[in-house]
Amino acid sequence: MDIVYFLVQQMMIFSIPLLIVALGGLFSERSGVVNIALEGIMIIGGFASILFVNYMQSRHIMDGQLLFLCAVLVAAIAGGLFALLHAYAAINMNADQTISGTALNMFAPAFAVYAARMIQENHVQQITFNNTFRIAEVPILSKIPVIGDMFFKQAFITTYLGIAILIAAVIVLYKTRFGLRLRACGEHPQAADSVGINVYRMRYAGVVISGMLAGIGGLVFVVPTSTNFNASVAGYGFLGIAVLIFGQWKPGRILFAALFFGLMKTISSSYSGIPILLDLGINSYIYKMIPYIATLIVLAFTSRNSQAPRASGQPYDKGGR
Amino acid sequence: MNKWKSLIHSTRFLLVKSLYFQVMNKWKSLIHSTGFTNAASSLLAILVGLLFGFVIMLFSNPKEAVEGLGIILAGGFGGGAKGLGQTLYYAIPLIMTGLSVGFAFKTGLFNIGAPGQFTVGAFAAIFIGIKWTFLPAPWHWIAALIGSAVAGGLWGLIPGLFKAYLNVNEVISSIMMNYIGLYAVNFAMKAPAFKSAPALFDTTMNLSSNVAASSVIPQGFFEDIFPGSIVNYGILIAIAVAILMYVVLNKTTFGYELKACGYNRDASRYAGISEKRNIVLSMVISGALAGLGGGLVYLSGANGRRYKVVDVLLNDGFNGISVALLGLNNPIGIIFTGIFIAYITMGGEYLQKLDFVVEIISIITAAIIYFSAFALIFRKIVKRITGAKDVLQIAETDAPKPDAKEDKE
Repeated sequence: MDIVYFLVQQMMIFSIPLLIVALGGLFSERSGVVNIALEGIMIIGGFASILFVNYMQSRHIMDGQLLFLCAVLVAAIAGGLFALLHAYAAINMNADQTISGTALNMFAPAFAVYAARMIQENHVQQITFNNTFRIAEVPILSKIPVIGDMFFKQAFITTYLGIAILIAAVIVLYKTRFGLRLRACGEHPQAADSVGINVYRMRYAGVVISGMLAGIGGLVFVVPTSTNFNASVAGYGFLGIAVLIFGQWKPGRILFAALFFGLMKTISSSYSGIPILLDLGINSYIYKMIPYIATLIVLAFTSRNSQAPRASGQPYDKGGR
Repeated sequence: MNKWKSLIHSTRFLLVKSLYFQVMNKWKSLIHSTGFTNAASSLLAILVGLLFGFVIMLFSNPKEAVEGLGIILAGGFGGGAKGLGQTLYYAIPLIMTGLSVGFAFKTGLFNIGAPGQFTVGAFAAIFIGIKWTFLPAPWHWIAALIGSAVAGGLWGLIPGLFKAYLNVNEVISSIMMNYIGLYAVNFAMKAPAFKSAPALFDTTMNLSSNVAASSVIPQGFFEDIFPGSIVNYGILIAIAVAILMYVVLNKTTFGYELKACGYNRDASRYAGISEKRNIVLSMVISGALAGLGGGLVYLSGANGRRYKVVDVLLNDGFNGISVALLGLNNPIGIIFTGIFIAYITMGGEYLQKLDFVVEIISIITAAIIYFSAFALIFRKIVKRITGAKDVLQIAETDAPKPDAKEDKE
C-alpha cells in the first residue's frame, strides 16, 4: 500500500499544476481568445512569486504556509498583469493571437533571466528558496484510513488549492451569469453583443483570469519539485494546452486528463521505486516516452467530436456576421 | 502658325506628362502593393522593438546602453568576415524551421512540432554521417540530408494522419511527438547497439561524435569569403528550399489546393479537393523542412554544432514560430527574417564584453514579434506615410487613358 500512497502523492505534484494551467487556458478560450502564452505567463508568475519568497525568507519576515499563500497572490497578480499584454493585442488591436502569444512565450524566460541577473547581488539567474512548505500531516484528516494517507500526508497546500480552483471554475463558468456571458462570447460574440454584453470586457476578464491561474500554476510547478527557479517551467504551459484540448474544454474532463497525464508521468519518473517495473529492465528513456505515447493513443480514441469554442481565436468584429 | 506650334507643344507636353505618370504609377503601385506595405510594417515593428530593448538597456545599465545598442545593430559585422559567416550559419536552422512552421500556417495548420522534427532530422543526419562511411564524399552528405528530411517528414506524418483521420488537434499531437522524438533520440544516442566503432556518442565530451569528413557539407567558396567561419553550402540549400516553397505555394495547383484547405476546409472539399490527403501532405512537408534543418546544422564539421543529450526540447523549433510569424509566413520573407534574427543574435554574442545579459536579444526579438502582431495598425500608418489613396486616384484620372489602362493590367 505504501507504494500506492507514494504514487498518489507524486501524481499530485505532476497533475495539479497541469490542472490549474489548463483551467486558466479554459477561461481564456471560453471567452474566445486562444492563449498560447500560458508557458510564458507561468514563467512570469513563478519568477515574481519565487523572487518574493526569496526576499521574504532571506530577511526572515515571513515563512511557512502564510508566506506560501502570499506568494500565490503575487503569482496571480504578476500573471494577470502579464496576460494584459496578450489581451490588449488580441482584443484591442485585433492581432493574430498566435503571434502575440508566441511573443510573450519568448519574452518571459529572457526577461526572467535578465531581471534575475540584474536584481540579485550574486548575478546568477537561479533564484533560490527554502522549501518549508511541505505539510507533514494534516491534523484530524490524516487519520482517515486510505484517503488520509493518500491526500493528507506529505502533501503540499497546492493540492487543495488546485481542487479549490477546479470547484470555483465549475461554479463560475456554469452557475453564474458571468460564466454564461463569458461562454457566449466564445461561442457567438455577435449574438452576445446583440443582447447587451460587452464582448471586449468579457474577453479581458477571460484572459486576465487565465493569466492569474497560469501565474499560480508557475509557482505550483516550481515549489514541490525544486529549491530554485531557473527561468523555466519545462514545457508545462504547452502541456497545459494539451490537457485543455484533451479535456475537450470542459472542467471535469480536464481534471481527468490532468490526472491521467500525471499518473503516466509518475510511472515514468518513479518506476525505479516500483519493484515490478524495475525488474523489467527497460531503459529509462522508454519510460520517459510513456506519458506522451499513452496520451496520443487515448486521443486517437476520444477525439471524434471536437468541442472547441466556436469563436476561439477570432478577433471580434462588431460588423461581422 | 501659332495654332500649329501650340499643337506640337501640347503633344510633346502630353508625351512628357504621360511618361511622368507612367513612372509615378509604377512607383506608386510598388509602394502601395501589399508586399511593400507588409515589409514596411515589419520594419516598423523592428524599429519599435529595438527602441523597447534600448529602453530596457537604459534602465539596467545607462552608461553603456548607447554603445550596447551600437553593437547589437552592428550584429554580425562586429566579428568582421567571420562574424558574417557565422550569422549565415546561425540563420540556417532559423530559416528551415521558419519555413516548416510558415508552410503549415499557410495551409491552416499550426505545426508546433518543429522541435521534435528538427531533433529527429538531426539524429538521422548524425547517424548516417557517422555510420554510412561506405558512401563517397558528395553522396554521403546528400544521403544524410535526405535521411534527415525523411525522418522529419515521418515525425510530421503522424500528427497529419491523426488530424486527418482521427480528428486529433495537431497542436496537441505535435507537442506529444516533440517529447517522444526527444526521448527516442536521446535513447538511441546512448543505445549500446550503436557503441561499436565508429561510436555514435562521445561519452567523454557528452556530445554526439563528429560526423565523417565525407558527410560534411562542403564550404566551397565560403571558406575564402568568410575565413574562420564554419558556414557552408547549407545556407544556399536553405535559401533554395525557401524559393522552391515559394514556387510550390504560389505557382502550382498543388500549392493552391493546400492553401484552399487552409482557408476553408469544407469549401475545398466541395470543390473536389481531398482535404484529408492535403492535411497529411502538408504536415509531412512541414516536418521534412524542419528535419532537413536539423540535418543542415549538424553536418558542419568539427567546429559545428554537436548534439547534446539533455531532456530539454531544442529551442530551434520554437524559434521557427517567431521567424515564420515575423516573415508573415512568406517563404521569401522567412529568408530575410531568419538572417535578421541570426544577425542580431550575433550582435548579442559580441555584447557580452559589456555589462549586459545576453538575453536582451531575446527580449528585443520578443518585442519585435509582439509589435508585428499589431500589423493591421502598422499597415494603416504605413499607408498614411506613403500617401493617401485618393492621391493615387487623382494621378490615374490625370494620366492619359491608355497608360492608365496598361497600368491596371
